[in-house]
Amino acid sequence: MSLPTAVHRRVFLGVAVAALLAVGCKPSGGGAGTGTEIPVGEFASLTGSEAAFGRSSHNGTVLAIEQLNAAGGVLGKQFKLITEDNQSKDGESATAVKKLISRDQVVAVLGEVASGRSLEAAPICQQYKVPQISPSSTNPKVTEMGDYIFRVCFVDPFQGTVMAKFAANTLKAKKVAVLTDVGAPYSVGLGTFFKERFVADGGTVVAEQKFTKDDKDFKAQLTAIKSAAPDAIFVPAYYGQVTLIVMQARELGITVPLFGGDGWEAPELLQGPGAAAALEGCYFSTHFSPDQDSPRAKEFVKAYEAKFGAKPDAMAALGYDSALLLSDAIKRAGSAEPEKIRPVLAATKDFDGVTGKMTLNAQRNAEKSAVIIGIKGGKFVYTETVNP
Amino acid sequence: MKHPGARRWFLVAAVLSLGLGWAQDRLDPYFVDILTRIGINVILAVSLNLINGHTGQFSLGHAGFMGVGAYTAAALTLFAGPKLLPAGAGFWVEQLWFLVALGAAGLVAALAGLLVGAPSLRLKGDYLAIVTLGFGQIIAVIFRNIESLGGALGLNGIPARTNLFWSFAAAALTVYVVTALVNSTYGRGFLATHDDEVAAEAMGMNTTRYKIVAFVTGAFFAGIAGGLSGHFTLTINPKGFDFNKSIEIVVMVIVGGMGRTVGVIIAAVLLTLLPEGLRMLSSASPSLKWIGETRPLLYAILLIALMMLRPQGLFTWKRKKGAVTA
Repeated sequence: MSLPTAVHRRVFLGVAVAALLAVGCKPSGGGAGTGTEIPVGEFASLTGSEAAFGRSSHNGTVLAIEQLNAAGGVLGKQFKLITEDNQSKDGESATAVKKLISRDQVVAVLGEVASGRSLEAAPICQQYKVPQISPSSTNPKVTEMGDYIFRVCFVDPFQGTVMAKFAANTLKAKKVAVLTDVGAPYSVGLGTFFKERFVADGGTVVAEQKFTKDDKDFKAQLTAIKSAAPDAIFVPAYYGQVTLIVMQARELGITVPLFGGDGWEAPELLQGPGAAAALEGCYFSTHFSPDQDSPRAKEFVKAYEAKFGAKPDAMAALGYDSALLLSDAIKRAGSAEPEKIRPVLAATKDFDGVTGKMTLNAQRNAEKSAVIIGIKGGKFVYTETVNP
Repeated sequence: MKHPGARRWFLVAAVLSLGLGWAQDRLDPYFVDILTRIGINVILAVSLNLINGHTGQFSLGHAGFMGVGAYTAAALTLFAGPKLLPAGAGFWVEQLWFLVALGAAGLVAALAGLLVGAPSLRLKGDYLAIVTLGFGQIIAVIFRNIESLGGALGLNGIPARTNLFWSFAAAALTVYVVTALVNSTYGRGFLATHDDEVAAEAMGMNTTRYKIVAFVTGAFFAGIAGGLSGHFTLTINPKGFDFNKSIEIVVMVIVGGMGRTVGVIIAAVLLTLLPEGLRMLSSASPSLKWIGETRPLLYAILLIALMMLRPQGLFTWKRKKGAVTA
């Protein structure tokens, strides 16, 4: 036998044996929440392409856990937050969540911002019967994965309804034009739900125009809209194109307000020459505004600024609420066992979070108020809260 | 002592995978997860090694073929399965259908490989890298725009079929086929193409054909890996099969040593374990928490150090006399 083969085989066997040893056996169950601490798992995109969203949400959760522990925890126990990073990569969340459930024996899993990665974790949480609370995944599919999956944000159809009410009541619009991005499910969905509600409430949709993701020139669509003379224009799109659409509308002499959903919420919306002036008097709906007039929100903004030195955004507020909701459910259940938390979570009614009062419906989605932000003087200004 | 042949290793691995598949439910799910991913990564790395290592081409589109396989297999179990199979089909019927889905995943990916490879492999040099790079992008764009395949959100609720048996058995099959192919008389053609394409052509060899065979075989196994991965993570989306995933596989091949099957297998195992090892280390004690936060950075530094110290790859023993590949 020649030397190289011996080396190969020894290395090969070594690796195989090491892998098998590492496997170990299933850790004995029943440890969940029976010690002096209640382990809570969180998976988040702390690094990688969506780290800005992930970090915000994570900061909110960390703040909530700290405050809860400082106030004595729940059921006489302290929370222990175990955070796993998924690098914003697909395929990592499932592994991270399995680790949280099997090694750390967490009683619940908090996460994630992106719907795609929440969808990865959902079947696993469902399989091991551990409640998952997503702070800010708005796609309806996420909670359809099973009865252990919850969220503290509203879903896309709800936003459409909110904006329909806002258009009718606050903007006093009777005739509205809709301009949707046909390439984005988010935009198409939001546009459809808006139309349904607006028409049901007695309004008319006078023009419907479409564009796609890479369009830069919207003058054809806007001219058609202008000739229909609407009172307002609904643009459920992402901020990058919204700025262009609004500026071109103003160039064409359209003076009516344009409004949209949470896809507008980015500082980039107002950047670029003339953008802020063109967007003056436009509105969009979102989950939370640091300027909103509620004592809970004010308290949260103050604590967040003290700890992180920045104003919290919607992601941070939702991350904060997800942890608070879990603690509330554990208190109401009188137990930190995952299977006892679930029915109590599902029965959540009028829970008072910083993003508003929420009730979890039969689909385990939060029914809550949305915040309308207006653009005034080149800034995002809190305008009003719309209840469902 | 007789040199244990590829076939014997294959049998050992097949028996081992059956045992592991049986023991799956008794093991910690986190470790089952890591082991399953090791199996899938071994398939990807070994099959890419046939193209990039043994045959000396440079493909940057392996994740694209993986995506084709993942969507094919998922469509078969998710959409076609419930229609074709009798309601309440038992465990064995489901497993058999999964085997069919995996086979189809491999074949469709191989067909995609043929379509991409046949025109581009006639070229010499770095062109293949660019063409396969483009292919990877095109695949992602196509899946993103097909509404019935879920668009940007992808397919969800894929049945959980992949277990340790499927993952390891498919890995064993891949290693066996690639090793046997390269060690065969026909396989010398791959190595000749790699060593000196001009000389090989001067000897009357049709190097294009060898390149296409290697490319299509590699794509076939990448498709199977995709099918396994989709039925393992239970949700797939176009972003999971982008350029970054291709690079991950290329890194495994380069770290293991181009054209060294055993080295590439070990690299696939280590590079799957490394991020999880760092994760475990960071949760072992609060003073090590920084490791978790700098995980991507540490990974990158380790790779750079490796390439500076061992540019030929980590595992490059001398080849045994008579055996073409290690």
